[in-house]
This record gives sequence, C-alpha cells and structure tokens, in this order.
Amino acid sequence: MSEDIYREIILDHYRNPRNKGRISDADVSFHDSNPLCGDEIDIHLKVEDNIVKDIKFEGRGCAISQASASMLTEMVMNKPLASVKELGKDDVLENIGLVNLGPARIKCALLSLKVLKMSMVEYYASKDPESAQEIREGSRLY
Amino acid sequence: MLQSSTIDVDKIRQDFPILQRRIKGGHKLIYLDNAATTQKPRTVIDSISNYYMNYNSNIHRAVHQLAEEATFAYEEVRRKVAKLVNARSTDEIIFTRNATESINLIARCWARQHLTKSKKVLITEIEHHSNIVPWQLVTGEAGASLDYLSVGDEGRIYMEDYAQKVHDPNLKLVSVSQMSNVLGTILPVKKMTKLAHEMQVPVMIDAAQSVPHMKVDVQDLDCDFMAFSAHKMLGPTGVGILFAKREILEEMPPFMGGGDMIKEVHKEYTLFNDLPYKFEAGTPNIADVIGFGAAIDYLNDLGFENIRQHEMLITEYALERMKEIQGITIYGPHLINERGAVISFNLGDIHPHDLATILNDFGIAMRSGHHCAQVLMERLDVSATSRVSFYVYNSKDEVNILIDALQSARRLFGL
Repeated sequence: MSEDIYREIILDHYRNPRNKGRISDADVSFHDSNPLCGDEIDIHLKVEDNIVKDIKFEGRGCAISQASASMLTEMVMNKPLASVKELGKDDVLENIGLVNLGPARIKCALLSLKVLKMSMVEYYASKDPESAQEIREGSRLY
Repeated sequence: MLQSSTIDVDKIRQDFPILQRRIKGGHKLIYLDNAATTQKPRTVIDSISNYYMNYNSNIHRAVHQLAEEATFAYEEVRRKVAKLVNARSTDEIIFTRNATESINLIARCWARQHLTKSKKVLITEIEHHSNIVPWQLVTGEAGASLDYLSVGDEGRIYMEDYAQKVHDPNLKLVSVSQMSNVLGTILPVKKMTKLAHEMQVPVMIDAAQSVPHMKVDVQDLDCDFMAFSAHKMLGPTGVGILFAKREILEEMPPFMGGGDMIKEVHKEYTLFNDLPYKFEAGTPNIADVIGFGAAIDYLNDLGFENIRQHEMLITEYALERMKEIQGITIYGPHLINERGAVISFNLGDIHPHDLATILNDFGIAMRSGHHCAQVLMERLDVSATSRVSFYVYNSKDEVNILIDALQSARRLFGL
C-alpha cells in the first residue's frame, strides 16, 4: 500500500536530496534513464586510493527513484570501491525500506544502483577490464 | 453546463466482464486509461471465440464452407469500417496490426517515393511518437526534412503559422493528429486539409484518438490517408486500419510481399493483387478483425453522437471537480467542445508515477509518464503528466472516487 512506500524518510530524501549536483573534476560520470517512466539519473564519482572520495547525482523523476539515488549516495560515500562493487539490489531495497515493490516500481528504486554500477564499469574499463566486465554483469538488475 | 446523457452507464457496465473484477484491497476497478486501450464488451470476446470454435479457417483462397464463412465475416468488417468512416469503397480500407503500422505503411510506400533531398514533411508538436518516428526515419533516408508546427499551451496550432508553412513549395505531406492523446485538444483537420490541398499537398490524419469518440467522415474531411486502431474502440489488439484514397493506393507500391497480395507469381515477376489485398500480405489477423466488427456494432448501437455527449458531460464534470483540488495543474483546452475525454494534470510536486501508485490503492487505473509524446512534454516543459481518459462505461461516481483519491495523495505527500 502507498502508506508503506511514501514514508517520511522517502519524502524527505525526495524533497531534500543529499549529494545532489555535479563534481567538476569527476573521474567518471554516467547517465541512464528508465524508458518506461522517464526517470533520469546521472552519477558523478571521484575516486581516491580506491575509495569513493565523493559522489553526486543529478536526476529527475518519481519520489522512489530520486530518494533511492539520494540514499544510495550516502550509502557509498567514503566506502572502498571493493565493497561498492558487491552491492546488490537487496542491499539497496533494504536500505530504503522498500522490499515489496512491484515489478513496475522496482525499476525506479534500482535505477541509481544501475547507473552507479555502470559508472564503475567506465572507471575500470581501462584500468582493469576484468573487473569492468564483472561489474557490467552485475549491473543487470532488472 | 451540458445537460443529461442518453447513455445508460449502469447497463453498459454489465456488458464488460472485466469491470466486474476487483483490484488488490477489494476495490472495484475504475478504468481511466482509455486513451491507451479500452476494455472489451462480451460481444467482442464472444465473436472471437465463436470464430475459433465454429468457423476457424484461412480466408480468400479455399472453397470449403468454413473458408467461405470466415471470408465473408472478415470482409463484412471491412464493409463496416468503410461505412463507419464513410469511405467511398472497401478498396480504401486496409487492415494492419495497429495505427502505428498504418502510418509506417504510408511512410514506407508513399513518402519514400515522393521525398527527395530538400523536400519536407510537416507534423505538429502534439504528435504521438507513432506520428513522429516514421517520418524521422523516412525523411532521414531521403535527405528530406521534418518540420514541426508549434502549438500553444492548450495544444492548439496557430493557423497563420500553418498557412505559411503549407505554402512552402517543398512541402510534400502534412501528417497530423485529429485529437491529442495527452491534452485532448481537437485540431481543425478539415480546414488544415483544405489549405494543404490548395497547394496540392496530401494530408494524413492520425485518428487513433478521434475515431473511437466521435463521428469521423473521411469524405467530409477530404483527407488522403487516415490511421486508427481497433483496440482503442472496444475492439481487440492487433488490428489497425489504414484508410487511403483509392487513386493514391493504386499508384503505391506494395508494403510487404507474400501470399494474398498477389495475383500471379512467376520466377521473374509478380502481378500484384487488386485493392485492398495488395497491401495485406500473408494471413491476416482474421479472428481479431471479426472481433472488431462486433465492437463497431456495439458503438453504432450506442450512437457516436451519444458517445460524444456522454464523454463531454463526464469530462466537464471531472474538470470542475479537479479544479477544486489545491495545487493541481490541468493541461489542455478549457472549452469542453474543443477537447476529447482526456485530462492531463500534475498535482503539486507529486511525480505522476507516485500518484499512479497511490491511485492504484483505490482501484484506479490511470496513466502516468510522457504518453509517447516527448516532443509535447518538452514543449510544455514537464517531464511527465498524470492522465485520466474516459469512455462509454465511465461514470460520475468514478470521478468522485478519483477526487477522493487525489485528496488522499495530497495528504500523504503533506501538500
């Protein structure tokens, strides 16, 4: 039911997104959209010593997609890339407290994770093609 | 304020099995996504199963009784469609898979022959992707260009602007929607056709949103091509209609090659079949065309004037009630006789997809998103809208529940 989805924390992140914006000297940026809904997310990453030194997102779309992106940036800020690589869809859904989303809306919740994974694919593309390939496999979330 | 409706909604609803089902939480289904597709009455469903159970056969070729019955039933629907839009002859009615395929057929077979470098196709900013992308593809191949008529906030074109664009000697085709699937705006296609014809420019009308809801007469409009879909007018999916003037069809090369569209096939050459069969290659969607016939009968029994009257009443009522809601933005014309039964809107900062999720808790099926009209979304400077669209089985009671649901969404989002 909607009351379980649109809790205060989701509406708070929707209206006051954390880490929203660009990083002028980002190491990598990636954009993707949800053709079904038109939700859009850009993720910008700054990496130092294999740690997410900074992450920002830009985007527009529904409360679920935007709150999920905002919460994801908090989740991975200052975390080692190795642990970010391991993030799966259940981690994100649990983190935002939406484990029972139907098939239509789960794509909204997972778009930012998909974009984050693809930005890491870009990041590793030249440095470590094997890791890049591995993350790319893991980016097929839905 | 418009007066009473001659449509008995309670009685009509009994004819639609799906309207008896319940949605999660035990709610009655309130189906307000009719611009996407409509529900099907029992007579349509029955006519399809009757074909499969009693006279399933391929058509046009075999001489056995089943083939005779199936051919008659299929061709009878062509006659019904010709009558529905007042075509001069059944030769002018071609069955396709959907309105999109009908438009693509004209793009592939007619436009490709007439477009060369520097020639133009003119469409409007309100078009559905199905009346944009085929022209992008074909003008791109030919080195021709695609020109847009800009529209005002309510989706209306500027007639002076049109008159100027239509005088361009390079213009080869005008292709325009009769009714916007987002704003409900009804365009003056008859006048537009007249102006185009003064310059010998043919006109294609995307009538997917208009034919289901009002009397449309191809001879009165004098359009050269028209596309619409069965599934938006109580018929099954998988059946589109292309109307085209016979003289133009005769000059056009075939669309797809195969059985049924030929008269004689030899090793080196083929003689194509007569109209309209030349454009219907392979076994067509016999069952669903027959189902579409039952849909036309159903709509004719209600009467298109009554349908339009009912839709105007319910749209007017919905607009009145929706205006009560604080923070709502309603798009499209305010005058009820200039719009169809489609209302696009946004509520505060609630994204349409979130609103659709909330409304679903009330049993309401509503559309949200860009409605396959991203060019129009850019023009309106919105990323998405919510859209309710009505048809013959929708009632004022359903509008009341919609209003309650919208108020509830406001509360949930703290607006």
